[in-house]
Amino acid sequence: MALRLKQIRRAREGSPWTGLWAVVAKEMADHLTSVRMRILEVLIALTAFGTVYAAILRLRSTVGQDPFLFLRLFTTEREPLPAFVGFLGFLVPLVAIALGFDAINGEFNRRTISRVLAQPIYRDALLFGKFLAGFFTLALVLTTIWLLVMGLGLLTLGVPPRGEEVMRSLWFLVATIFYGGIWLALALLFSIVFRQPASAALASIAVWLFFTAFWGMIADVLAQVLRPVRFGFPQEVLAQAQLGLALTRLSPNALYSEITLALLHPTVRALGLLLPIQLQGAILGTPLPLRQSLLLIWPQLTGLIAATILLFALGYVLFQRQEIRA
Amino acid sequence: MAELVIETKGLTKRYGDLVAVNGLNLRVKKGEVFGLLGPNGSGKTTTILMLLGLTEPTAGTVRVLGFDPVRQPLSVKARVGYLPEQVGFYDDLTARENMFYIAKLNGLRRDEMYKRVEQALEQMGLTDVADRRVGTFSRGMRQRLGVAEVLLKQPQLIIMDEPTQGLDPEAAREFLEIIHNLKAEGITVLLSSHLLYQVQEVCDRVGLFHQGRMVLEGTVKELAQRVLGSAYRIRLKADGPVPALEKALRDLPNVVRLNRSDTNVYELEAKSDVRAEAARAVVEAGGKLLGLDIEEPNLDEIYTRYFSEQG
Repeated sequence: MALRLKQIRRAREGSPWTGLWAVVAKEMADHLTSVRMRILEVLIALTAFGTVYAAILRLRSTVGQDPFLFLRLFTTEREPLPAFVGFLGFLVPLVAIALGFDAINGEFNRRTISRVLAQPIYRDALLFGKFLAGFFTLALVLTTIWLLVMGLGLLTLGVPPRGEEVMRSLWFLVATIFYGGIWLALALLFSIVFRQPASAALASIAVWLFFTAFWGMIADVLAQVLRPVRFGFPQEVLAQAQLGLALTRLSPNALYSEITLALLHPTVRALGLLLPIQLQGAILGTPLPLRQSLLLIWPQLTGLIAATILLFALGYVLFQRQEIRA
Repeated sequence: MAELVIETKGLTKRYGDLVAVNGLNLRVKKGEVFGLLGPNGSGKTTTILMLLGLTEPTAGTVRVLGFDPVRQPLSVKARVGYLPEQVGFYDDLTARENMFYIAKLNGLRRDEMYKRVEQALEQMGLTDVADRRVGTFSRGMRQRLGVAEVLLKQPQLIIMDEPTQGLDPEAAREFLEIIHNLKAEGITVLLSSHLLYQVQEVCDRVGLFHQGRMVLEGTVKELAQRVLGSAYRIRLKADGPVPALEKALRDLPNVVRLNRSDTNVYELEAKSDVRAEAARAVVEAGGKLLGLDIEEPNLDEIYTRYFSEQG
């Protein structure tokens, strides 16, 4: 009787992670050999090479004057090419969506889902394994690109990067990976909601397009409607601007661009509004130490990670309740 | 009494207003081949999913190999092989790679995994095509690969959902042969089908499903006796005086029904095999016996008859 009670109280036997690494290994192998990923990798490598090369051509003239030369590799633009970070801002979501949009509905369409779930694993392992595989693939691709860029810089600029520059660009890499994580979690969520991979891909891209192209405008309009400037007091103007900024920050794109701004431009000492009174005593144009820059972007970075976890959790709940029969 | 491999009591599954499975009491003994038969949408697949813990029952209890699939799904799934309806594979991977993935999900150690994969491929006659992409496989080969994959975990029970659907007659016959062999190895098999005539020869016992209920259960012969009233149908061809022959045949013991379908063809339904008596009766009534056949009871017929009687 005691044993029976104990069995009833324990919700599930075994670990939800059983089989997780088998799923991760298989999915990563799939990602890394798929034609889809090859195309995207080539695309990213080409843009990386192109933009960084263009940046180098411009930077050569200023070697020795700029203390953060290596960071300029990522941010310098040369007409007609935009800077490398600008490209990453929209290529990373694309890659992440490509990694996730057919994760679950693909298993349904191939009729493999019931066979896989009939093995002694929980659904948790399948879903989390797929997320991790996508995340690791993304991390692998971005780290490779990062190494390529740094190597290219070493070869052509002829000066080694300083520790501070390496640390800043590493943090930038971490932030970029988590920025991809959001879109991966979103694509995974849509792959659970929609039975057709095409619908999931379109929905993911629609959300991305919404935040990239429209959310900024909508945030402005909303701020004007909700905090109208009626009498022209500075407080009113300030309130409107603050609301506008807060709304803008709901977009992962905005968070990511603030992070890159603070990390790759050490002289940036505040994100968003800055009143003259806050600048008292500051020596303008001097770079912040890395710790201070990190402190500046900490809310943005945790926001990115929190959004990823939230989206994944939503997908998890939906997937647990999904009926297996097609 | 033999050990029970599957036991359900009052098993029920509702999807909103729809009752997919209604108060099912199923008992499958160790070593037997049990067939869940019935039309599409009669609750067979839902029952199977509940047995595996892939869907939760609304009411009732399930025991599979002594485990509760709701609370101990891993123990159940480690011991039970499942071959889903129209089994799917990763088409871009080879047969062997597909098997490795499943073996890893089962937590097999590396050396054990290689051994079992080769053994299972060999057993299903797939060794020659093991390195071909599954995308190039025929329906019959996929089905055999499905069984090979199920054998990886050395199951005590194999559950197959519509295993012969979509197979050509030759492949279907081969597949039934495979089921025979599994049974010979002592593995219990539960299979579902709506193609009654195909599976009646491999099943020790069958359960007929209708609208979520198991309306009939037993061996094919028992069902025939219960539904058709007589398990033996004899076709007899004889020349001679019709009234005399008809009377002689009808008076035979155990004959339930007599029909004349052609001028000289008589169909007898009887509770026992009365071929010898019928032959003698024809001769004694002055007729010439031209042919004598016995028809095995047919599940299709049982099914049709049962539901036409139920209205």
